[in-house]
Amino acid sequence: MNIQSKPTLTPAEQGLIDAFVAKVSDLPGDAELTAHRDRLIAQLTETGLPSRRIEAWHYTDLRTLLKSVPGPQPAGAADALPPIAPNALILPLLQGTHVQPAAADGLTCTSLQERLLAGGASETLQPLGRDDAIGMINSAFVTDGYVMSLDSEAELAPILELQAVQDGGQAHGRFEFEANAASRATILERHARSGDSAGLTSSVSVLKLAENADLTWIILQDRGADDVHLGQLRAELAEGARLRLFVINTGGHLVRQEVVVKVEGEGAHFDLRAINLLAGQGHTDVTLSIDHSAPHTTSEEVVRNVVLDRARGVFQGQIRVAREAQKTDAQMACNTLLLTDEGEFDAKPELEIFADDVICAHGATVIDLDPAHLFYLTARGISEKVARQLLINGFVDELLDELDNEELADVLKRRVEDWLDRHV
Amino acid sequence: MLEIKNLHARIAESGTEIIRGLNLKVAAGEVAAIMGPNGSGKSTLSYVLAGRDGYEVTEGDILYNGESILDLEPSERAAKGIFLAFQYPVEIPGVATMQFLKVAINEQRKARGEEELKTPDFIRLVRERAAELKIEPEMLKRALNVGFSGGEKKRAEILQMKLLEPNLCVLDETDSGLDIDALKIVADGVNALRAPDRAIIVITHYQRLLEHIVPDTVHVLYQGQVIKSGDKSLASELEAHGYADIIEAAA
Repeated sequence: MNIQSKPTLTPAEQGLIDAFVAKVSDLPGDAELTAHRDRLIAQLTETGLPSRRIEAWHYTDLRTLLKSVPGPQPAGAADALPPIAPNALILPLLQGTHVQPAAADGLTCTSLQERLLAGGASETLQPLGRDDAIGMINSAFVTDGYVMSLDSEAELAPILELQAVQDGGQAHGRFEFEANAASRATILERHARSGDSAGLTSSVSVLKLAENADLTWIILQDRGADDVHLGQLRAELAEGARLRLFVINTGGHLVRQEVVVKVEGEGAHFDLRAINLLAGQGHTDVTLSIDHSAPHTTSEEVVRNVVLDRARGVFQGQIRVAREAQKTDAQMACNTLLLTDEGEFDAKPELEIFADDVICAHGATVIDLDPAHLFYLTARGISEKVARQLLINGFVDELLDELDNEELADVLKRRVEDWLDRHV
Repeated sequence: MLEIKNLHARIAESGTEIIRGLNLKVAAGEVAAIMGPNGSGKSTLSYVLAGRDGYEVTEGDILYNGESILDLEPSERAAKGIFLAFQYPVEIPGVATMQFLKVAINEQRKARGEEELKTPDFIRLVRERAAELKIEPEMLKRALNVGFSGGEKKRAEILQMKLLEPNLCVLDETDSGLDIDALKIVADGVNALRAPDRAIIVITHYQRLLEHIVPDTVHVLYQGQVIKSGDKSLASELEAHGYADIIEAAA
């Protein structure tokens, strides 16, 4: 162990180190992996959590915002929840621990714990760089998760619901999903809270899409109003692969969801539809980075944010187009409904284009509800509260119409409506 | 049913007084036309009746069935049976027409302590009423008023009126932007709503609409006041001689 407590450590940094010290002997893995985890914690001790001086964290100063971290142990037992996806196959990750790998036609699934214990896993547990605090924390602490592989040509009939449920303490989980050639699936990655205690989660999902694989991946983050959620999704798209990602944030006190996509194969397509529903005092950040490195690739992102109360939101979207990625078409839009004077939203689109024959565009808008719309609805007998809900819903709802699975779209729409009912 | 007494109203932001001592009585079963040149306060009157934000009543009162409505929110007025058919219905993207109709009907029923309409009953009701107005089902699948032509928007207003069955209908320049066929459909729709327990106020610039919706009374609005009232012959008189004579006579 090479851990020195420096006086400059924040309580949260110290808390992470203490949690590591308390947990290290229980963390699954061989000696090599333990040494790897040690190195990551040593690095965290050295650099600290990223502050606003680090560009990628400029609008989410983790060092300041993360006041403290809960101890590593959960407050209570978490039970699997009824699935929200209709006819779903559930893979629960309760307090960061797998239950039992499920099987379905074409899908093989093992627990991540099994792989960690098998040795040689440190290769795969790497942060994406020095500023990747989420990758670093997750790699150092990760205990479990699921490693899934979908056979070539297989079409997974049920929706797969990855269900991370937590009641306080810390949980560090990881989902790896390999979609082999021309396979198709819809996966709901759901982060939920059970019980009364505030918790901290890190969650990393690693997606590999082979040629012509077609995945719809939905992240539904619905944690408690005092929870910290640090999420990261990494995806690599081979030739002709298609990834449709939906990110829906309806909970959490401090949330950062990173999306790092490499569009590497010719003709591959990525799109993102994000809905951030922000209320109370929360801080929610969606940070996206897309690399187009092959010709004829496309990406399209639409982010819709609703800001109430004193909530604060951030969207950073970076699109990089490599010199050889000619004929790339990349479109990004970030639209915010800012409904209070105390709320805040920061949008930072960024394009870095090295190819000369591409179409790339980005735009950001911030609006309030239109009084003429409100009057029209209220003049028909609709109370102001319900009129506001209808209009806000209309602003975000249409993104869910783009889900192919109508039943799932309806379920998610109802969750949006429920949120509006509670907060508007 | 409606009694407007010495009403003074202004635009809150600028303080400009638009309605300057307006008096008007409309009885149940009556169709009253309010005519006036541009800028006479016709649209402002309709907004003040519906309770739009941004207009301040500084003097006088509006009594609806004997009760002042000045302190009521627009939604409360609507639930009590006041309906404004807009001159320019706004397009509301993201809100589906059917969803809007259902929420509006059920919110009003709820406010009156009635049970919600069940979905199959609601759909049947809308289909029937829409067919009477020659509204294509396709139109109802779109977002509220979005991409509707001028005529479609006006027909959609009348559809809402038929579904909500208000006691006091205020039609603000419903004829503007309508061709003769659409005008006839809209007028038929309004005429079908004539009833002994319902009053209809038709606000218009031209006499044209009044050939199809024949009023019981006609009131000329000028500079925020009713300067002359009469029966339907007053509308023909206006059409023949314009507003100038009446304005001069009133001055």
